[in-house]
Amino acid sequence: MGLRRAVILVALAAGLTGTPAAAQEAAPVGDTDAAAAANAAEQARVPERIEIGLSTETVAITSDFTGQALTIFGAIDNVDPLVHRQGRYDIFVILEGPRSELVARRKDRVFGIWMNVESQSFDNTPQSYLIASTRLARDITSLDTLARLSLGVGQIRVQPHPDKKQAREVEQFTSALRRLKRGDGLYQEFPGGVRFISQSLFRAELALPANVPLGQHRARAYLFRNGELVGQTEAPLRIAKAGFEYAVSDFARTQSLYYGLTSVLLALFVGWLGRIVFRKD
Amino acid sequence: MALYLPIAEMSVNILVLLGMGAAVGFLSGMFGVGGGFLITPLLIFYNIPPAVAVATGANQIVASSVSGVLSHLKRGGVDFKLGAVLLAGGLIGSTMGVYVYSLLRGIGQLDLIVSILYVVFLGTVGGLMLFESVRALRRARSGEVVSLRRPGQHTWVHKLPFKMRFKTSRLYVSVIPVLGLGAVIGMLAAIMGVGGGFIMVPAMIYLLKVPTNVVIGTSLFQIIFVAAYTTVVQAVTNQTVDVMLALLLMIGGVAGAQYGARAGQRLRGEQLRAMLAILVLLVALRLAYTLFIVPDELFTLTVGGVL
Repeated sequence: MGLRRAVILVALAAGLTGTPAAAQEAAPVGDTDAAAAANAAEQARVPERIEIGLSTETVAITSDFTGQALTIFGAIDNVDPLVHRQGRYDIFVILEGPRSELVARRKDRVFGIWMNVESQSFDNTPQSYLIASTRLARDITSLDTLARLSLGVGQIRVQPHPDKKQAREVEQFTSALRRLKRGDGLYQEFPGGVRFISQSLFRAELALPANVPLGQHRARAYLFRNGELVGQTEAPLRIAKAGFEYAVSDFARTQSLYYGLTSVLLALFVGWLGRIVFRKD
Repeated sequence: MALYLPIAEMSVNILVLLGMGAAVGFLSGMFGVGGGFLITPLLIFYNIPPAVAVATGANQIVASSVSGVLSHLKRGGVDFKLGAVLLAGGLIGSTMGVYVYSLLRGIGQLDLIVSILYVVFLGTVGGLMLFESVRALRRARSGEVVSLRRPGQHTWVHKLPFKMRFKTSRLYVSVIPVLGLGAVIGMLAAIMGVGGGFIMVPAMIYLLKVPTNVVIGTSLFQIIFVAAYTTVVQAVTNQTVDVMLALLLMIGGVAGAQYGARAGQRLRGEQLRAMLAILVLLVALRLAYTLFIVPDELFTLTVGGVL
């Protein structure tokens, strides 16, 4: 019963995609035929190219910033219409934040008090990592490829700073790093976040969290056909404070003494004003 | 109503912060303390990075102390000379405090030390104050006259050399404990983001025997300068003073303080002290809880290097 239903489903699928496979035949035979045909066609074709365009080179953070949707548009050159119709093109779009050293610390009980005891630093780790894809990553390609290209929160390459710790312990810190980043919304996956809007155009929807790190980000895009990487590209994106927010933080950084004095003067003024305005005696 | 804070680099709700400032301002006006010991833990609770909470707390205290001093000044409740000596000690303590603060942050133990300091100081001060005020309330009920100051009573503090006369406080005392007290409070101010009124006030009353009518005014007077100094030093060394955050807290705080002061006038001194003691103890217990109970998440993550 179960077997027969499976066969019928395969037959239906084959019929819909237009593969001339007989309903009685076993499905794998038809699949290899199609793959062989595609391979033959591939040699004659110009390879695909993927391009992405950001509507802006800088995302400006102003006082009303509470996170923002970021749309990245892209195009594929030399699309094979047949592969596209079969839905065999897959795309990953990643926005990776500035890299820095991160320190993970673990609390332990010391004389009954919970305090930071062990720590592990990670070199050159992205502070944020947002990834959108056409569907679930493991449905697109092999785990090896995902790991090689660091596609996915679990696949981000982290470099634990070498020290005397055992591998198992380092692994604990590494998984804590991913868990905490995920919890803060800084490492996020958006499966289904990339959609085709025409045969060759696509758009990726990412959500910048409110706590997105500032600085130079890097947008990367990968094109897969039949689970094989066929193209990749990247573009820079700066996320920076703008307007008043920028003026204040720039002042605090470059003229820190005057910034401190200004803060104090402001406090003196508000205190005095409060006394005048709200005086109750 | 959301606002992106330029230094804390996060989005916050304006109304929550105004409300927080007003609530703490009300309590501080009522009890005559700066309220720093409430605002800093509240900010950390609201996910403001502890470094920013501590430094910005100091800035906010400047505003609430100015507001308070102005109202005490009118009643002649400020001893400028005593305040100046406390201040001299305070500046030394504050400088050391900011240095210790950077050091602790580097080795990742800042949160722990800040929590322990809060638990120890709030617990001790709250406990002593509760004990004293309950005794005073009992006595008042049985009809005895309550006086904190018994003239002619001397302790070891009065046997120290380098004595100095403080006219407004009618006090003749060695400068050593005054400077020392100022230094300890200044150091705490820098590390804990508090003005230190909650330690300064009881210490002046019980240790230096300063009359109660000048204690609060004088304590607030010197806190203005210590907090202002701490703000500048934090701004220069750690760059963690968020002026927008401070402004929101100040506006709520100075408004709340004036109403709180009026509410406080309707209560008797020992009732006020008992209530303040309970409040202080509650904050201490809340912080102690986080130290001793198994945390939900054992790991924390920070950007930057280890020392």
